[in-house]
Amino acid sequence: MEKLTALTGLVAPLDRANVDTDQIIPKQYLKSIHRAGFGPTLFDDWRYLDPGEPGMDHSQRRINPAFVLNQSRYQGAQILLARDNFGCGSSREHAPWALLDYGFRVIIAPSYADIFFNNCFNNGILPIVLPASIMDRLFRETLATPGYQLSVDLAAQRVTTPSGESFGFEIDEFRKYKLLNGLDDIGLSLQHAEAIKAYEARRRVEAPWLFLGM
Amino acid sequence: MNARTLYDKLWDAHVVRRRDDGSCLLYIDRQLVHEVTSPQAFDGLRLAQREVWRQAANLATADHNVPTTDRSRGIADPVSRVQVETLDNNCAEFGITEFKMGDIRQGIVHVIGPEEGATLPGMTVVCGDSHTSTHGALGALAFGIGTSEVEHALATQCLVQKKSKNMLVSVDGRVGPGVTAKDIVLAIISEIGTAGGTGYAIEFGGEAIHALSVEGRMTVCNMAIEAGARAGMVAVDEQTIEYVRGRPYAPKGDLWELAVSAWRDLHSDADAKFDHIVRLGAASIKPQVTWGTSPEMVVAVDARVPDPAQESDPVKREGMTRALHYMALQAGTPITEIKVDKVFIGSCTNSRIEDLRAAAAVAQGHKKADNVKQVLIVPGSGLVKQQAEQEGLDEIFTAAGFEWREPGCSMCLAMNADRLEPGERCASTSNRNFEGRQGAGGRTHLVSPAMAAAAAVAGHFVDVREWH
Repeated sequence: MEKLTALTGLVAPLDRANVDTDQIIPKQYLKSIHRAGFGPTLFDDWRYLDPGEPGMDHSQRRINPAFVLNQSRYQGAQILLARDNFGCGSSREHAPWALLDYGFRVIIAPSYADIFFNNCFNNGILPIVLPASIMDRLFRETLATPGYQLSVDLAAQRVTTPSGESFGFEIDEFRKYKLLNGLDDIGLSLQHAEAIKAYEARRRVEAPWLFLGM
Repeated sequence: MNARTLYDKLWDAHVVRRRDDGSCLLYIDRQLVHEVTSPQAFDGLRLAQREVWRQAANLATADHNVPTTDRSRGIADPVSRVQVETLDNNCAEFGITEFKMGDIRQGIVHVIGPEEGATLPGMTVVCGDSHTSTHGALGALAFGIGTSEVEHALATQCLVQKKSKNMLVSVDGRVGPGVTAKDIVLAIISEIGTAGGTGYAIEFGGEAIHALSVEGRMTVCNMAIEAGARAGMVAVDEQTIEYVRGRPYAPKGDLWELAVSAWRDLHSDADAKFDHIVRLGAASIKPQVTWGTSPEMVVAVDARVPDPAQESDPVKREGMTRALHYMALQAGTPITEIKVDKVFIGSCTNSRIEDLRAAAAVAQGHKKADNVKQVLIVPGSGLVKQQAEQEGLDEIFTAAGFEWREPGCSMCLAMNADRLEPGERCASTSNRNFEGRQGAGGRTHLVSPAMAAAAAVAGHFVDVREWH
């Protein structure tokens, strides 16, 4: 997992609530057995006018000019502004894979669905929570200012606007540590292999039916 | 010890290690694996040269991509075929039990877990699928995870988790005739909203929940995630224990007695404290029909499509307007005047034997309406299919012009060949009415099995309470 410490990047606004993971990456692309390559089909149903299927050359498809990410001013965006309950629905990790593959490293929204939120951290994406009133201002400023950039400092837990205004955000200490260092959970958890074995030994006595063969 | 909720008890029993920041290494008793969210997890294990921690804790099946028509020639779509073959190969390589296509026990992962006794009361159950909450109906802590966590659970038999808050949703009193578990859970989502359960584990309680069969409770817990909660659960009672008794992977003999005595404690203590309590009166719940593109966009069948102009919140108003446009509906239209093109009865929400019986009871002696192009009946597992055929339900369906299919996820999310064409409108017993969920441009209305069967016969939504 690539670490994330600080980032100054172009901002793209996705101004709708309850964006579900079926929209972030539609089901036909979940047939892939790989982690990479989902960027061209991020928001597929909104982004293109023609139906998409796996294996197509997506650069040849008809672009929907009305969709915000297709506007030239947002090309190369690394920070996505979103609304409430972003990432609701399916647990598909293909959603953060697609966002990451497209180029987003930071999402800023008033709230997220739990599973999606968790999945972001496991892929080096920082989902920042800011209150709706601040989100409204960030949306307004982004729309009003071509080339609008935000600076995100994970260590300091701050988002700073071009005018120097700065907002703090909360993040779980352990998740912050993992993002800052690009660590994934498995290696860290396996450091506690003895504790896991001890737990299992105790449970085999307490609740032996949990260890019946499958 | 302090009074604890059911969730507190399940959580406490599975903590391997507590970190200073409050997150825990939580032990996982059972992982269910399917073809869509596991290939990259197995790849990760191979890359890091890691083994599966405890093979016997896992059970796999292919459900999302499998065809529901003739399977004798395998899967026609080469991309789907590769994904299912990848699961077969990974299970063989890593020593995981798999119910393959062609095995009568194959089916939707959330149907076969309880059916086989592979998911039990008191367990922690995970799967790379958000509808894992289904298994909470047995008094288990069950929740959906992403693929990185699938890999983590395979490699360590644990997950790093932070405890959620406790919510009680109590459905008090009894529902009237024709009102089902599906209507109850849609009414709950209507009440608390699609993000109302975010950050919470929901315990469903109250007289109306305990009056449900265990299968009905599965329907309710299945859609906890549609209310934003990763986990939904119901306390163990005698019905739970009778449901589990005798299932293939359930404990037997002395071990059964030992297990049952432990399971009897799987309920919230009388004075347990919940962070949030929601109460609904069961008697006022009517059959529900969604009208929009989020499960919270739902009304009673005798209502009308709501008017965005009446909504004061601008973000919500905009969402409603967009949904009505996508669904091609006019505000003020009576729900019963909405015609459907297709009907889907199936999915991990509503594909168990009782669901099929409810649909057959409505369809018996009727034919599908001429304007309805297709009615798919997709049982949740090979064993559900077999049971339904023994009861003659398949004959009722085929006589009505409905199609009797092989088990799988099918048109709930249209990863196989079963799907809506752009603009088609569907009465569906599944769980999500998101844009494009059942096929690009498709329009989904979520309903109960009885309501779906009635819509298939009438050609439009009808109040199943008035069905003859």
